[in-house]
Amino acid sequence: MLAYIFRRLLYAIPILLGVNLFTFLLFFGLNSPDDIARMQLGAKYTTPEAIERWKAERGYDKPMFYNAAGAGAEKLTDTLFVDKSLRMFTFDFGRANDGHDIAREIRARMGPSLAVALPTFVLSLFAAIVLALLLVFFRATALDFWGVAICVAMMSISSMFYIIGGQWLVSKTWALVPVSGYAGGVDMARFLGLPVLIGVIAGLGAGTRWYRTVFLEEISRDYVRTARAKGLSEFAVLFRHVLRNALIPILTGVVVVIPSLFLGSLLMESFFAVPGLGSYTIDAIRSQDFAVVRSMVFIGSALYIVGLMLTDISYTMVDPRVRLG
Amino acid sequence: MDETRSHAAHDFGRKPAKMAPVLIRHRFRCFFATLESTRVRILPCAGFALALAACGPLPNDPHPIGERGQNILYSAFLDRPRHLDPVQSFVEDEATFLYQIVEPPLQYHYLKRPYTLEPAVASRMPQVRYFAADGRELADAADPSRVARSVIEIHIRPGVRYAPHPAFARDERGEPEYFALTEADLDGIRSPSDFAGQGSRELLANDFVYQIKRLAHPRLHSPILELMSEYLPGLKTLHSTLSEQARAQPDAWLDLDAFALDGVEVLDSHTYRITLKGLYPQFMYWLSMPFFGPVPPEVDRFFSQPGMVSRNLTLDSWPMGTGPYMLVENDPNARMALAKNPYYRHDAYPCEGGPDDAGAGLLADCGKTLPFIDKAVFSREREAIPYWNKFLQGYYDAAGISSDNFDQAVSLGSQGEVTLSDDMTARGIQLATSISPSIFYLGFNMRDPLVGAGGADAAARESARRLRQALSVALDVEEYISIFLNGRGIPAMQPIPPGIFGAREGRAGINPVVYGWRDGKPQRRGLGEAKKLLAEAGWPDGRNARTGEPLLVYFDTTATGMGDKAVVDWLAKQFRALGVQFVVRATDWNRFQEKILQGNAQIFFMGWNADYPDPENLFFLLHGPQGKAGNQGNNAANYVNAEYDRLFERMKILPDGPERQTVIDRMADILRHDAPWIFWHHPKAYSLQHGWLKNRKPGVIVRNGLKYQRIDPAARENARMEWNRPMRWPLAALAALLAIFIFPAARFWRRHERATALTPDDRGTA
Repeated sequence: MLAYIFRRLLYAIPILLGVNLFTFLLFFGLNSPDDIARMQLGAKYTTPEAIERWKAERGYDKPMFYNAAGAGAEKLTDTLFVDKSLRMFTFDFGRANDGHDIAREIRARMGPSLAVALPTFVLSLFAAIVLALLLVFFRATALDFWGVAICVAMMSISSMFYIIGGQWLVSKTWALVPVSGYAGGVDMARFLGLPVLIGVIAGLGAGTRWYRTVFLEEISRDYVRTARAKGLSEFAVLFRHVLRNALIPILTGVVVVIPSLFLGSLLMESFFAVPGLGSYTIDAIRSQDFAVVRSMVFIGSALYIVGLMLTDISYTMVDPRVRLG
Repeated sequence: MDETRSHAAHDFGRKPAKMAPVLIRHRFRCFFATLESTRVRILPCAGFALALAACGPLPNDPHPIGERGQNILYSAFLDRPRHLDPVQSFVEDEATFLYQIVEPPLQYHYLKRPYTLEPAVASRMPQVRYFAADGRELADAADPSRVARSVIEIHIRPGVRYAPHPAFARDERGEPEYFALTEADLDGIRSPSDFAGQGSRELLANDFVYQIKRLAHPRLHSPILELMSEYLPGLKTLHSTLSEQARAQPDAWLDLDAFALDGVEVLDSHTYRITLKGLYPQFMYWLSMPFFGPVPPEVDRFFSQPGMVSRNLTLDSWPMGTGPYMLVENDPNARMALAKNPYYRHDAYPCEGGPDDAGAGLLADCGKTLPFIDKAVFSREREAIPYWNKFLQGYYDAAGISSDNFDQAVSLGSQGEVTLSDDMTARGIQLATSISPSIFYLGFNMRDPLVGAGGADAAARESARRLRQALSVALDVEEYISIFLNGRGIPAMQPIPPGIFGAREGRAGINPVVYGWRDGKPQRRGLGEAKKLLAEAGWPDGRNARTGEPLLVYFDTTATGMGDKAVVDWLAKQFRALGVQFVVRATDWNRFQEKILQGNAQIFFMGWNADYPDPENLFFLLHGPQGKAGNQGNNAANYVNAEYDRLFERMKILPDGPERQTVIDRMADILRHDAPWIFWHHPKAYSLQHGWLKNRKPGVIVRNGLKYQRIDPAARENARMEWNRPMRWPLAALAALLAIFIFPAARFWRRHERATALTPDDRGTA
């Protein structure tokens, strides 16, 4: 297993390099250093001299990939790409264009993102699996039919509807929780209840339908008949035997997203005023802040790679036939 | 220098420490009481949050319970402030905070319109003296060519004190307490108020001079360095010196007191002098901006210590000053809070105002000590809907009107008059409108041979002028304002919006090329007039009179989003009505900027927010030497007219009065004749406020208005209780809906679990 993990980590290096290169090319294909400087300095009284000064101070005056004026290795190292992208591998994210420390900003925003995403993820998973197993239990009845119909209807409704409708119903009509906002400590429960509830409901239709399909595949297997023949209750058959044997397709879709939960959700965080990471990348793209964009893309890629590794490892835990070598 | 020492005396904006356990106990009692009384059998985890919330008198109150009933203003901000350093900040969103903290020498009178400058921390309005090149003082600036220097002496009020700050704290020996901090000392420090030692001192003239020197700081990139260097050439020299110093010692603090700035000097502890090159009457307006506010050298030195920047402990994050408020919370992603400065100077509410101010109750607090509000909390809102809902619940004291909630908030009458909707009126909400000091325009690139002045001969240029006039008449700005702005704007007749000197009201103020005067109001000339002008331009019915080729114009725009399509389609329809073919060249902002800089655009939309209420700050947008292409100025149309440029230079230095008005009128006439822009609109700002918020007068230019506002917390509390009564029936409806599924499911489950493997037939056989 360790050899496998080591090998996967080595594979990660060229992948991350490629992602970095691609991000760099895309970003600077659309935004020249002059554009970035103009965006930071404002359009009102900015002169070419001011732009040049800003670029020189922030290191944006270097050539992209090859510095003909450099000496020796500096021809390759004293470039914009090395200066702005490769330092990511040492987890040195640097400073945003507005001067704020990026690592500090990410640390500060990660907590609120996780506070919404983690309970939403766990409760969504739990609710969708339970509902899917219940629908499997009620298969070929009117309850199953209407359950699936409602799931399809829920899938068809936009997340925005759930958010706006939820805020209207729970906060305005029932006056139970604030419309939006965020606070630490005990007060957190007041603010997170509604986004978590809406997050769970918004994902319930799709999740339930997918897991129902997975469980229906399993329900006609021989081991299920054997379990029933042993006299086990249907509850035990479904939640102990069917669920365990259906875990591989579930884990494939679920484990990979766990590390990315840190990155938050743009829509949820915007509507519920959660100061998380959800909008950090979008805001950075809008303000042409390459330092933030490259950092977030790098972290996103690294977390995705970690997610895939965890998925592989989780297979070995639920299915003894799987070996990583 | 007078020093004050006050350790941990200023715990502004924090909940009393003893409040928390009481609050928690109360909530837990309520939680269990809820469970018991309603005999709810639900998972405790799922019900915990709801039960916690349902216990307080207003469980949907987003603000901390400890703040209930206090004299706190609640508002929201949409975009995070990027810079709060007074030398860098130049954005409206940042001004909301910075202008309450930093006090420049001058300010605008809160109530008077047109906007009028008055002393803030200056003891009186500074007088400008003019000197000729030979050093002789001139009686006035009647002949600008003779003025070589303008000298402004600013005397500041004695006894003005800074808000508490650790940079002023002194130890037992009288030495600065926090000028030798280590990384360990900064552990757990997140804001200047986390330091136990806090101090204050009197405002000195050198603090203003220090800040002016900061404009030239190579690491700060002040947006006005280049502009100010034209009048204060010493800034450029200082910038070069400081740049060399910064290169030699990249991480060292630059003590600006050690460097002289030519043209700026301290005369005594409360007086400083600024010597400007030539004439620049608009400099007075700059003296009302934080660029020219005070920064104490101690504070600059304090923030330059190692470990500060990585903790975001900078003047850019934690501005400080002598203003009525000080920043006590800075989380630009969630919440910013200002608390009253305990050392704020004596300041009184104005007793004079505009003609309607007394009737509107804006003079009721005449002479009372400012500020009225103890604390102002600004929460970050990214979406209009939750923001609006919280305003309607009474949790924000004021709000703007977005297009999503426009119909709910206001009604438009048949004559275009705007009134509050019945629902808003019933809640005691008040509507305030004001014309923003801004201009939006459809610009023609005057370098273009077809629509501009780039034609081969005089006839071609005249043809282009008539074409521009034809388009000015044909494009129905009134319809645009009605459809796309919900009426929130007025058609522009010239660059100067109403409320700024030079704008004319009524018949005298209309653009006669585009409008006639009928029934006591301006009436846009018809499409027939536009077609006539087009034919005179050599394009009858949109076709070249000689070759028959269709007239094709290119519109360069950044409008690429879904919502922008409707605007572009509307524009295309307007051009088609005239017979002109309209081609959209959509691009991103960067490429658009590039096109404008290179003079490659043909027709484009642009806007400008005036920095100060002077016609110079609007007319300069068409000043020839400030052309965008070539000079990278702000004249995006690249318009050049010798007479206009000459008049601009004259108008710039004239004081407000009949002579200046005459010059302005002539300049406006030239622009209407040449039509380098289609004058589009001046936006109208709509703002709503609850009845408990007093003394709020709209006026975008007056940015330090927080200190004048007053709240009635008791009235707010009553309204919140009234507006947030829960309606429970939908909860019962939801439970009934769930029961429809749960009961048959439970029956099925029970029957299934009780059933045997035998069928009824099997049982019969057995």
